[in-house]
Amino acid sequence: MTTQAAGLEAFAGRDLVSMRDFQREELLAFLDEAARFEDFSEPILAGKVMGSLFFEPSTRTHLSFDSAMQRLGGSSIGFADAKVSSTAKGESLSDTIRVVENYCDIILIRHPREGAARLAAESTSLPVINAGDGTNQHPTQTLLDLYTIRQTRGRLDNLKIAFIGDLKYSRTVHSLIETLTHFDNELFLVSPTSLRTPASFIDELDDRGTVYTEDEDFFSIASDVDIIYTTRIQQERFPDPIEYEKVKNAYRIDRATIEKIGGNLTLMHPLPRLNEISTDLDDFEGSAYFEQARNGVTVRKAVLALLLGKSRV
Amino acid sequence: MSDHQATEPIIRVTALREGTVIDHLVAGTALKALFVLGIEFEGAVTIGLNLDSSKMERKDIIKIERREVSQKEVSKIALISPRATFSIIRDFQVVKKFTPELPKLIENLIVCPNPSCISSEERVETKFAVERSDPIKVRCHYCERTQHEEEIKLL
Repeated sequence: MTTQAAGLEAFAGRDLVSMRDFQREELLAFLDEAARFEDFSEPILAGKVMGSLFFEPSTRTHLSFDSAMQRLGGSSIGFADAKVSSTAKGESLSDTIRVVENYCDIILIRHPREGAARLAAESTSLPVINAGDGTNQHPTQTLLDLYTIRQTRGRLDNLKIAFIGDLKYSRTVHSLIETLTHFDNELFLVSPTSLRTPASFIDELDDRGTVYTEDEDFFSIASDVDIIYTTRIQQERFPDPIEYEKVKNAYRIDRATIEKIGGNLTLMHPLPRLNEISTDLDDFEGSAYFEQARNGVTVRKAVLALLLGKSRV
Repeated sequence: MSDHQATEPIIRVTALREGTVIDHLVAGTALKALFVLGIEFEGAVTIGLNLDSSKMERKDIIKIERREVSQKEVSKIALISPRATFSIIRDFQVVKKFTPELPKLIENLIVCPNPSCISSEERVETKFAVERSDPIKVRCHYCERTQHEEEIKLL
C-alpha cells in the first residue's frame, strides 16, 4: 500500500533531517507503522539503492541501515570515511550530493558539521536521511528510542525520565529531549557542570512548558524515575584530555546501584558504552540497550520504506 | 542670547518637508540601521546619536529627506532595534507611522555564531527562523542553534 493511503503522507518523499520537522501525531503514526516492520523481510525495496555518505565514523548506524536496506531487498553504496571521498579533494558538500544523487534513490549522510544534512537535503530532490550532524540531530536514533520507550513502558506520556552523563555534546540526548516536548513527561537532566545541557535546549523545554530538573547528583533523583537514559562521555568531543579525565567516570551504574534504587526501572543507552553501565546489568530485566540496537533495524526499515513511498498498512 | 542658550546649546535640525523619520532607535544603532536598510538616498540624511529620550533614556534618530521607506524595508531594523518607530512625512505632516515587523524568515542578514555550523564552511545563504519577536529569538535553519536579541551579529 502507498504511504498516502496509510495516512503516512508526512513521510513519503520527505527528508528525515530533524525531529523538529515532525509533529506528535506524525510520530505516533510512524511508530505504529514501524511495529509492522518487526521481523519483516520482504523485497519491497528491490531495485532501490541507498547512497550512504559517512563523513564521520559510525559502526552501528551504518551497519543497521545497511542491514535494513538489504532485508527489504534494496542495496547500498557509499563510503565510510571522509578521507576517501572527493571532499578530501576540496569538493563542496552540495556538489558531492549533486553527483551522488545520480547513483541512488535515497541518501544517508553523517557529517561532523551541524546542518550538513539540511544542506544536503536542499541540494537534491531525493529523500535525505540524517544519520547524525555534529552535535545537532540523530533522528533515527530518536525514533528507535521512542519506539523502545513505548515498547518497554507501553506509553510515551506520564513518565519520569532521567538523562545522565554527557548532556552537552550528546546529539542523541538533544534530539530525544527535544522530541519528548511533544509528550507530557518529567525530565531529569543529570550531568557534571561542565557537561550540562546547552542553553538552547533548556530554552526549548521552557518554551514548551516541559517539566525538568537539572542536577549533578544522580542519587537525589534516582528513586523517582521510570527510565534512566545514560550516555557515553565522548572523548572525541573533548579538545582537552585533562577535562575528559575529570569527568569520564562521573556516573557508573551497576547492579548494586540498581538494587539500591529499586522500583521498576528501564535502563537505556545508545551504545557504544564504556563503563557507564556495568556488564553485570546485561541480564537485568529492565536493561533495554540491546533491545534499542535491535529496534534500530526495525525502525530504519520503516524509515527507508516510508521515505521511498512504501507502506505496510 | 538668553541664559538658557548660553548654558545649554541646542543643535536645531530643520523640520522635514518630505521623507522618513526613524525615531526611538536603541542608542548606538543608527549607523548600523542605515547600513541594514541599504537604501539609496537622494536628499540629506541627518543622524542624531545618543539623544535624551523620555521613553528610553537615550536614543538615536535618523531623518531621511525625500525618501519614503516601505514596511518591507524596515523589517530588518527590527533585528537591531525592535521598538524603533518610522514616520512618513509629507508637507511637514506625519501621514503614516509604523513599527518594524520581523519577517518569519531572515535570509542572508545574520551570521551563525556556531563555528561548526555547515553555513560557516560552505558558501550558502544563511537563513534564520524567527521564533519569538520580543525579545527576539531566532533559530539557524542549518545547525538549529538559537540566538537571542543581544547575541545577534549581522553579516
